[in-house]
Parts: sequence; structure tokens; C-alpha cells
Amino acid sequence: MLHVLRQIARTGIKTEPWPSPATENVEVERLHTQIRRTLGRALTIREVDAGSCNGCELEIHALGNPYYNLEGLGIRFVASPRHADMLLVTGPVSKHMAIALKRTYDATPDPKLVVAVGDCGCTGGIFGESYASFGRVANVIPVDVAVPGCPPTPTALLRGILAAITAGPAAADRADGAPRSQAV
Amino acid sequence: MNVAPLGIAAAPLASALPAQRCPVSSGQLLAACRLAWEQGGQLAALWGSDERDRARGFSLRVLLADGEGFTLLEHTLPDADARYPDLSSIFPAANRMQRAAFDLSGLQCDADDQRPWLWQAAWPIDVFPLRRDFAVSPKWEPGEEDYPFVRVAGDGVHEIAVGPVHAGIIEPGHFRFQVVGEKVLRLEERLAYVHKGIEKRFETMPLAEGNRLAGRISGDSTVAYAWAYAQAAEAIADIVVPPRAAALRGLCLERERIANHLGDLGYLGNDGGFAFGLSQFSRLKEDVLRANAAAFGHRLMMDAIVPGGVAADLPAEAIPALRRQCADLAREVRVLRDIYDDHAGLQDRFRTCGVASHELALKLGLTGLAARASGVASDLRCDFPTPPYDRLDVRLASRNEGDVAARVAVRFEELFESLRLSRVLLETLPQGEVAVLYPPTAGERFGLGAIEGWRGPVLVALDSGRGGTIRRCHAHDPSWQNWPALEHAVIGNIVPDFPLINKSFNLSYSGHDL
Repeated sequence: MLHVLRQIARTGIKTEPWPSPATENVEVERLHTQIRRTLGRALTIREVDAGSCNGCELEIHALGNPYYNLEGLGIRFVASPRHADMLLVTGPVSKHMAIALKRTYDATPDPKLVVAVGDCGCTGGIFGESYASFGRVANVIPVDVAVPGCPPTPTALLRGILAAITAGPAAADRADGAPRSQAV
Repeated sequence: MNVAPLGIAAAPLASALPAQRCPVSSGQLLAACRLAWEQGGQLAALWGSDERDRARGFSLRVLLADGEGFTLLEHTLPDADARYPDLSSIFPAANRMQRAAFDLSGLQCDADDQRPWLWQAAWPIDVFPLRRDFAVSPKWEPGEEDYPFVRVAGDGVHEIAVGPVHAGIIEPGHFRFQVVGEKVLRLEERLAYVHKGIEKRFETMPLAEGNRLAGRISGDSTVAYAWAYAQAAEAIADIVVPPRAAALRGLCLERERIANHLGDLGYLGNDGGFAFGLSQFSRLKEDVLRANAAAFGHRLMMDAIVPGGVAADLPAEAIPALRRQCADLAREVRVLRDIYDDHAGLQDRFRTCGVASHELALKLGLTGLAARASGVASDLRCDFPTPPYDRLDVRLASRNEGDVAARVAVRFEELFESLRLSRVLLETLPQGEVAVLYPPTAGERFGLGAIEGWRGPVLVALDSGRGGTIRRCHAHDPSWQNWPALEHAVIGNIVPDFPLINKSFNLSYSGHDL
């Protein structure tokens, strides 16, 4: 136990709330402040891999590490879409996942946000549309914000989540299924 | 393996590793597989190819691996009605590969198990995507298949269905547990949810750019796949990469292993109820990814390896930074390993949990990291070292227990070894070019690439077409062999231990589903 406490003390707080010369750190700090201001409460996210190569999942996992400390912002990944405010969807939507993705979307209570993650989620990426793939997420469920990148960095993901919560659900004006905005 | 006693003629196969190819009749196919099994060989991969345009019907390709290298058995099926013998009675791992070869290429096997594997009702069952006359119809809508799971009956037996959408941030797949109380009697996996037509997509890409798609077959192994692809492509073009490129590739591969092992060790602690482990290891992993971004321009090092070499040289300032990081990490991980080893609660969860015995490992052809934790001493970096490993003398990590604790211990050992290898590579980095021009290949050739990724051997079998095109590309993930072993390792354990056991294998869905 003593070893554990010593290691915790030695490691210190790694979360990046303070500005430092590295641009990445400044960016995380700015995003944290903005997310806190906009959110003011908890946000729950259900992640859905709808056909990804798992690269995006690695970076979504990274959001939970002490540097980005997503939970410290009151943002949590939840086990059920019924508990979720937001769906974070990766991958070109494989035909085998399309039904499961639609059901997950339907199970998420309104108002809900959908963030399509990665080049594949945005456009179908290198896999495109084929006998086995529907391509971009917006081809299957309505999308509020798309975060490009292969895979997007944790900072880009934070930015995308922020863009979605500031813009709010856009159910009314996305009959064409096209993403309303692109987070860069 | 010596196939001459079976009356089989062998020709060399283009590869950086020792490899041969042999045309076989169906009798010879069975005889060669039996002989391989008796001599300790294993099935490495099995796939089909439509060769009707060459007036050669369909080709069944069976890749065997043993201590001498790879043997590719090529069996010709004259037409779509012809059948080949069931190999799963010799190599149980053949079962799913045979079913996949039917789903994608329509090759028919004599096996009892005729259930689909990669097919899930998204296209008609009598249409085969990898045939050359395949045409997509816009009328096809994803349907729902009624997959015949094996059921256990009896007093108090019930079923738990999990997935495809899992509770965590994990890839999709379906697990069907038959349980009594908390105890697992049987687990059956249903995969293929992330099948996205990768092998068909390869056929539309130029040979010189296929590494980009290969690098997205399983994101956590992007370096291993890109390298295996590049190795196959270089064997086809008969080119050798400069020594500096080989060293940088080795550095990328070891850093990929370091990042994944760090991540897994964190999650294994977490799944054992020790959240401290996750925060510590995930912070170290983030340090590695950030250093990757600075050194290779990408956190996961995607597209760093290209046919002919590597995409870019290391920036000068990256070399001392990476060396420093290796030393820091070794120190930090030593502290954490002592904490894991001394933690009674964690060890209680790890030990005797999810055992894959040595016998089971051999029978199922378990491979890679999981096999080394069950006493199977095999690692391509040690068995068939190609540059830069030929001068590194890689120390193989191995345990005999086959439980979660053994898979944790192998990860720790490999982590330290990869840090050592990285340090040596950085200290002895050869001078010179980092790539040679990949020639626009005109000929139709066949090449094999094999790289020991962090999970196990990643294989790429590449057929080049005319004018620098890809005729057929089959990529094989070690998860093919290891997914069935997970079904066995979980028997008799309690349901709440499944996430821990599953994580200790950490298999790829995308790499398997293609």
C-alpha cells in the first residue's frame, strides 16, 4: 500500500489545467474551460464502434487518461445508450452493424447528440462505400458534428464534443442526414 | 517442412522469411497437413482465390508454419461445385477460416459445420464478394440472420447474450454464454460485425499504396500490418530496404508493442479492481504516443512504413528524446511491476483465472503473446529474424501457466525487452537513406510478409497484377487462432471474470472480420 501511495505522490497531478509552452497543453486547458462553461453539468456519452479499425477507439480511450481527464469535466462514458446524451460513433458503418447502430440511436433518449468520429465516420474514409460498408455515419443516422482525422487526436475529439454541445441537437434541420458542422 | 517424402514438389516463395510453395492434390493436402501436425507444425492461414480468369478454377491456399519456415499448399478446385477436404479435424483453427473462404470466395469444404462465418445477411448467401465477376446490387438491404448457436440444456442452465454493442469502448461482436449460476458452461462467439470488405477494397488499390489500407486493418497493429504488407510487396519487386529504414521499422514496431502493452497492463489492473494501475499506465502510454507524434508525425505511427522503406527520417532531436524516454519508462514500469506483484487482491484475480493450458494451446494452434504465456516458445523475431532483428538477439518471453497472470507477466517481460531493443536501435542507427524507390512492377507475382506484431504474427499474402495493381491480398490476424481459444479459456470461470480474461487476450475484431 505504501508503494502505491508513494507512486501516486511521486506522479503528482498530470491533468493539464495550466498553460505551458507546449501548444497541446494550452489547447486542452482552453477546451476544458469552455466545456465547463457550456456544460455546467454532466454529459454522458455512449461510444459505438460501427465498423472502425479500432484506431479511433484507442484515441477515445486516451481521453480518459490523466492528461485529458475527461471524467474530471463531468463527462462520462456510459454502458447503455438509454443513459446517454451523446453518441460518439466511429467507423465506416459496416452493413453488419447498421441495424445495431440504428437500434442504439433509437434507444438513446431525446434530445440527443451524435458525433461522427474519424475520417471513416465523416466520409467513409479509405474503406468508402461497398458491398460491406455504408460509408459515413450520416448515411445511416443523423449526425450533428463530424470530427475528421485518422484517427483524430484526443484534442480534436475534445473540440468535437465541445462543438456538439455548443451547437445543440439539430434534429429539425437535418432531414438530408448531412452533418451540420465540421469540427476541425 | 520437407514435403518430398509425400511426392510433393516445392518451389521457393518470394519472402524475406524461409518459405516454399507446393501445388497439391486433395490427398496430398491432407497428407501434408497431417505430417505438419505430427512434426509440430501449425496452420498459419487459409484462404481462397478466384483463378478462373487464368483458366485454373479456384485456388485454395493453406499456409503452414513450422520451425523451418512457411509452406504454402495450393490446391486447385476445377469449378465452383468441387469440394476440398475438411482440415479442422487436424487443425481445429481451420473451422472458421474454411467457413470464411466459402462466404467470400464460394470455396466449398467437406466439413460438417456449414454455418456462415463472415456472412451476416448483408448480401445474398449465394453471391461471393471475392469472385472476379462479383457485382454489387443497390437492392441488397442488410437482413438479420438466424445463427444456430449451440445450446446447453439442463436444470438451472440459462443463456446470456452480449453484444454486438458492448458496454465499454470496445469493438463490436456477440458473445453467447451458457451459464449455471455464475459459472460459465460454454461460450460461443459470433463475429464479423465489422466486416467492411477490406480484401475486395485491396483489389482497387495500386500495389505501391496498399500499405495505407493494410495499416488500417487493425489500428492497434498499424505498424505490424504496414510492415507485413511492405515486406510482401518488396519480395515481389525483389528489393531490399536500406539498413537505416530497417532499423527505423524495428523501432516503430517495438514502440507499437510498448504502447499496446502499457495500455493493456493498465486495463488489466482496472478490470482486476485496481484503478490506480489504469491511471499510471495510461499516463505512460500517452507519453509514448506524444513522443511518437514528435518523432514519426503520427501518434500511432500510421503510414510511417511504405514499400521501399519508411516515409520519413527521424528528426535529429528525436533520437536523444526517445532514448531518454526508454530509460524513464524502464524505471517507471519496474516500480509498477513491483506494485502489481505485491498486490494480493490483484494477484488473486489474475492467478488461475482463464487458463489456456499448454495442451490446449498446441491443439488449437494458439499463437503470439497468448501462446507464449502457455509455454509455446515462438516469436518470429527470434525464429526467423529479418533485419533489423538479425543483429538484435531478441530474448523470447515465456510462461507456462497460461492464466491471466501469465499473460500479464509476458507483457511485462516483453515491455522491458522492447525498451532494450529500442535503446539499441537508437544507439546503433545506421546512416544513409531511409527508402529506395518502389518500382512500378509489371509482372504478376506472389509474395508473403510475416511480422511479429504485439499480439502475434501478422501475415500478408500478396498477389500482384499487371501494371502495378493488386490482384488479391489476404491479410491474416493472429486473432483468428486465438478467438476460439478464448472460448475454451473461459469455461468453468465465473461470468464476472470474463472481461478480465477477454482483456488478457485482447484480440482484434477488425483484424479478424476484415
